[in-house]
Amino acid sequence: MIRLEHVSKSYPTSTRPALDDVTVDIDKGEFVFLVGSSGSGKSTFLRLLLKEEVPTGGRVQVAGKDLTKLSHWKVPALRRSIGCVFQDFRLLPNKTVFQNVAFALEVIGKPRSVVERVVPEVLELVGLEGKTKRMPDELSGGEQQRVAVARAFVNRPMILIADEPTGNLDPSTSIGIMKLLDRINRTGTTVVMATHDAAIVDSMRRRVVELADGKLVRDQTRGVYGYGA
Amino acid sequence: MRVQFVLSEIGIGLRRNLTMTIAVIVTVAISLALFGSALLIRKQVEAMKDFWYDKVEVSVYLCGDASQTPSCGGQAVTESQRDELQAELRATPQVQEVFYESQEQAYAQFREQFEDSPDLVENVTAEALPESFRVKLRDPTEFEVVASAFNGRPGVEEVQDQKELLEGFFNVLNKMQQIALVIAGIQLVAALLLISNTIRVAAFNRRRETGIMRLVGASNLFIRLPFLLEGVLAATVGAALASGALVALKAVLIDGQLRPNFPVIAYVSWADVLWILPFLFGTGILLAGLSSFVTLQRHLRV
Repeated sequence: MIRLEHVSKSYPTSTRPALDDVTVDIDKGEFVFLVGSSGSGKSTFLRLLLKEEVPTGGRVQVAGKDLTKLSHWKVPALRRSIGCVFQDFRLLPNKTVFQNVAFALEVIGKPRSVVERVVPEVLELVGLEGKTKRMPDELSGGEQQRVAVARAFVNRPMILIADEPTGNLDPSTSIGIMKLLDRINRTGTTVVMATHDAAIVDSMRRRVVELADGKLVRDQTRGVYGYGA
Repeated sequence: MRVQFVLSEIGIGLRRNLTMTIAVIVTVAISLALFGSALLIRKQVEAMKDFWYDKVEVSVYLCGDASQTPSCGGQAVTESQRDELQAELRATPQVQEVFYESQEQAYAQFREQFEDSPDLVENVTAEALPESFRVKLRDPTEFEVVASAFNGRPGVEEVQDQKELLEGFFNVLNKMQQIALVIAGIQLVAALLLISNTIRVAAFNRRRETGIMRLVGASNLFIRLPFLLEGVLAATVGAALASGALVALKAVLIDGQLRPNFPVIAYVSWADVLWILPFLFGTGILLAGLSSFVTLQRHLRV
């Protein structure tokens, strides 16, 4: 599903590469934690999967497509097969919960009938069926992140990318979000999640890929956050 | 869904940016109105040329008692000189028709022409006006042939081309057209910069929305279309205002003021005005679309 072959990425403003000869293979339906300290290259890793960045060396393959060869106008199609969740939720403050989720479908041209059928389904999946008409600022952080997950998943993507989705949430709320991501993973969606949250990684016991200074230092199938834990 | 969505995005964008949008509309309108006026002046010159070149004549003024020109020798034209000149004019191949205008006829026409200023008429007598041959040419541009053949001949005081008087007037109109075009051009540049700036602000205001659109895989066209149409819509409104201004110019200034006061002149027709309007819309929409597109390439990363 996702394959990085000897991928390097340097930014013109930095002497040290953000990613240095990273090779990772992620299968369909896997749940992978991407760990490492700030500046270790986690965000660059995720941006490469969306073709927001182009690697300076190596090959990136997502869903059978070689992103280094993917032409510019096919990038939107790639992004439709990937859902994204962020630490800062990125909801539209002037739209309701329903409208926020519907927005993701409207802008890719889905007809109204599909929107009205699919959005309530996904809001029920994330446990927000009673709050569809609320505005984002009327919700708790955990609820806002649920809206973001609903928006990322409403188009039933093959891959879900989460960049520190629990970074702004307290531990008990974080567990709720992790349960939700786990449920999405069980539907067959590949989940790649970058995180700093050791407790979550340790409790889930899933595959852990660790980056340090842009290098791949660990790839463990049922891993924990740090060594010796 | 798509159409409705794009339309509502445009509406939101225009309302959020109302002052800028008004500025764009006004500059586009002024610039296009001037551009249209320039085209109208050109049409006016054409209309007048068609009208006047048919009627202009070459006047061969004959010597009178008081003529100072050397070829007159200080005396009026004799009858034999007059007959000879008339015969030769008739024999010239470029000449279509020759009329003789006596001093009395010239005086009668003078009185008619200046009937509004009786003081002037009172002070002029028939003897002060020269007799002349009015010569109509087959081709009004061949004046030089006639002028060189008859200027300086005994009994001829001066050969005058009425077209030259008109040329002076046309030159003034052409200058006005050029000035209008230059100002229109400057205004158009200002309009383009304003459109570009407006779209940049709009793109910045909506960077959250466009960021999410990019992430969920909306196509480039779909993300850019609302911005592009905003610029084009403002330009279209500007072009409509400019069209209104041109129609008002024709109805109020030309038909309402100039035509009743100077009925002898030919004026631009409604067909001429209607012919110009599509150019205004075309220019406005094309330039707005172009400047929007270039701005979006630079400021809306996809």
